[in-house]
Amino acid sequence: MSEAPEKIMFVFKNPPHGNIHAYEGLEFVLITAAYEQDITLVFIGDGILALKKDQDTQELGIKGFMKTWRTLDDYEVEKLYVDKKSMEERGLTPDDLIVPVEVKEANDISGIMKEQHVIYPF
Amino acid sequence: MLHTVNKSPFNSTDLEDCLRYAQSGDSILLFQDAVYAAMAGTKVEASVKGAMGDKKVYALSADLKARGVVNTIDGIQTVDYGGFVDLTSADKVNCW
Repeated sequence: MSEAPEKIMFVFKNPPHGNIHAYEGLEFVLITAAYEQDITLVFIGDGILALKKDQDTQELGIKGFMKTWRTLDDYEVEKLYVDKKSMEERGLTPDDLIVPVEVKEANDISGIMKEQHVIYPF
Repeated sequence: MLHTVNKSPFNSTDLEDCLRYAQSGDSILLFQDAVYAAMAGTKVEASVKGAMGDKKVYALSADLKARGVVNTIDGIQTVDYGGFVDLTSADKVNCW
């Protein structure tokens, strides 16, 4: 593509296994990343839980997609932000998460949202 | 009575409602996304601990594992699917 990359944000709001939102969102991110767009991922509320370490879905009889988060780095998707308040409410720190993230205040995330061309909620 | 809760305590009031209605001696079983209520250090930990004073709280192990909930609140009993069936067949069930 010759045009400048679009700034695209994906907002993850759902926990990983109770519904398909987080999984679908991650698939969409990877497809979009193949087109070399400027991608930002934001995790708010229960969306943070999709990144929780130690997920083992064997007993649920589903494959799970925990390891797929680690491939984001290969696609040069490196802007991953988590909402500070959501982290605190769930007693989590970045060490509890599968991939490196930056903790941000809602106000800062809001500013980044304003810079985007498109925002997709999942 | 056995109360079952399956929604995340952070984006549903089901757990809060359940705890408000559950009476002394009742049991509460957390499964699916409700197992996040069994995670130590969250904003709902205090209310879960409060309920455990006079009620038994259980969490389904397969759902805890799937969600990586390793550190659970002390005193919460984990049950497997067989234990889930035993609990539901031993008592009246209220699904929140």
